[in-house]
Amino acid sequence: MTTEHVVVQKAAPAETGEWQPKIVTFCCNWCSYAGADLAGVSRLQMPTNFLVIRTMCSARVDPEFVLRAFAKGADGVLVLGCHPADCHYIGGNYRTRRRIALLRMLLEQYGFDPERLKLEWVSASEGAKFQKTIKEFTENIREMGPNPLSQEERDMTATEK
Amino acid sequence: MGKIKIAQYWGAGCGGCDVALLDIDEKVLGLAEYADIVFWPIAVDTKLKDVEAMPDGYITATLYNGAIRNSENEHVAKLLRKKSQLLISFGSCACFGGIPGLANTTTAKEILEYVYTKTPSSDQQNAAVKVYPQVQTHTKDGDLDLPVLYETVRTLDQVVDVDYYMPGCPPTVNLITDFLTIVEKFVKEGVPLPPKGAVIASNKTLCDECKRKKTVKSIGELKNAFDADIDPDKCMLEQGVICLGPATRAGCGAKCLNANQPCRGCMGPTAQVMDQGGSMLSALASVFKMGDKESHLNEEEILKMMQQVKDPLGTFYAYTLPKSIIKRTVKERPRKKPEVKA
Repeated sequence: MTTEHVVVQKAAPAETGEWQPKIVTFCCNWCSYAGADLAGVSRLQMPTNFLVIRTMCSARVDPEFVLRAFAKGADGVLVLGCHPADCHYIGGNYRTRRRIALLRMLLEQYGFDPERLKLEWVSASEGAKFQKTIKEFTENIREMGPNPLSQEERDMTATEK
Repeated sequence: MGKIKIAQYWGAGCGGCDVALLDIDEKVLGLAEYADIVFWPIAVDTKLKDVEAMPDGYITATLYNGAIRNSENEHVAKLLRKKSQLLISFGSCACFGGIPGLANTTTAKEILEYVYTKTPSSDQQNAAVKVYPQVQTHTKDGDLDLPVLYETVRTLDQVVDVDYYMPGCPPTVNLITDFLTIVEKFVKEGVPLPPKGAVIASNKTLCDECKRKKTVKSIGELKNAFDADIDPDKCMLEQGVICLGPATRAGCGAKCLNANQPCRGCMGPTAQVMDQGGSMLSALASVFKMGDKESHLNEEEILKMMQQVKDPLGTFYAYTLPKSIIKRTVKERPRKKPEVKA
């Protein structure tokens, strides 16, 4: 997957024309994607404002992907990975949590609420935790309101290569 | 074939790029053999109205340095684009916004307020009525105009179409010489020019050019470059000094590292990435040492480790904020409290 593939589309159609949060969720292939799958087949109810992008490891989520998601209009970005000591690649998730901690500091300097970016551990057996994470995060983003990056600035980003 | 025509102009920059062109020493005399300098405010007495009188495409190549941060920068950039066959984004400010680009962390109003009323040397610190420069001033002898200061600093290619990029703060003598050789060969022997959009520098990262020994590839604790005792043969990052080498384009010859100073990233991102800061953030976070107790560390401990980086935005985007993915700081609205159902 190249950076170019990480394009935020409308995660959920706004039925009433009212603003709806758009959330990009990165799930690692080995734990969190399976966890999301479990939540689905268990028919757990959750808001539909999120779009899942599967990566091989949470460490594959380049900070550039997250920044690009925000630049393209995402209101929140959720990165889900394996619990510490459970990474399929031994230490990928340790790198992820360092990057996300630093990236949140950077987002705060940019003026974003750092809580727009969240890292959570979801294992393959934690369908319920996936549901809970999505529910809480969506609610939190709803309180924060739309992405503060203006439409004009987003258009500028869109026209660039 | 007659002589080609060259112009250089400065937008929001410091003038270092103009001096860099003079730094090529005797080669500047060779330049005069095949080129005429038709416009160069720092060295030649051509006025803007003379440029306006030139037919479109009259200038063969214009080297534009400096970012676009006021209406005059934008006007001249558009004018020179029209009058030039080739427009070269010269230096870090024109390519990525450069140091002036850090103004995107604030607003035009705050900048004017600080500069004209709050700086220690300002006469207006205690003035009852503060005076600011005005875009238009009416006097009895006529009207005076000043350019409008923009809210956001932009790069040259965000305003006009650019043919080539020459990054660097300022572009080094060898890069300028390389470029002039390309132009000379094109003029004298008809050797084709590089494809449009080419960056006149290396395609690798600075680490590839840096001669320091890299062995352990991990950091224990971060240090400041100004008070650390730096070993001149060992990798900067391994010594705990933040060096933007892994995320920066090569081509400068690792001059700062040869002078025992870390790279600050003036050559901008490599061709493969869009955001220099993002790639440096990723690289830096990953090289922090991992111990046996890694899985027992909690989020606060991780945050504390990362808080050693005092100013992520200023460090990772020292030269590239206007060209980064987010481009400028934003302002969140106040949080909506969830409605309590009765």
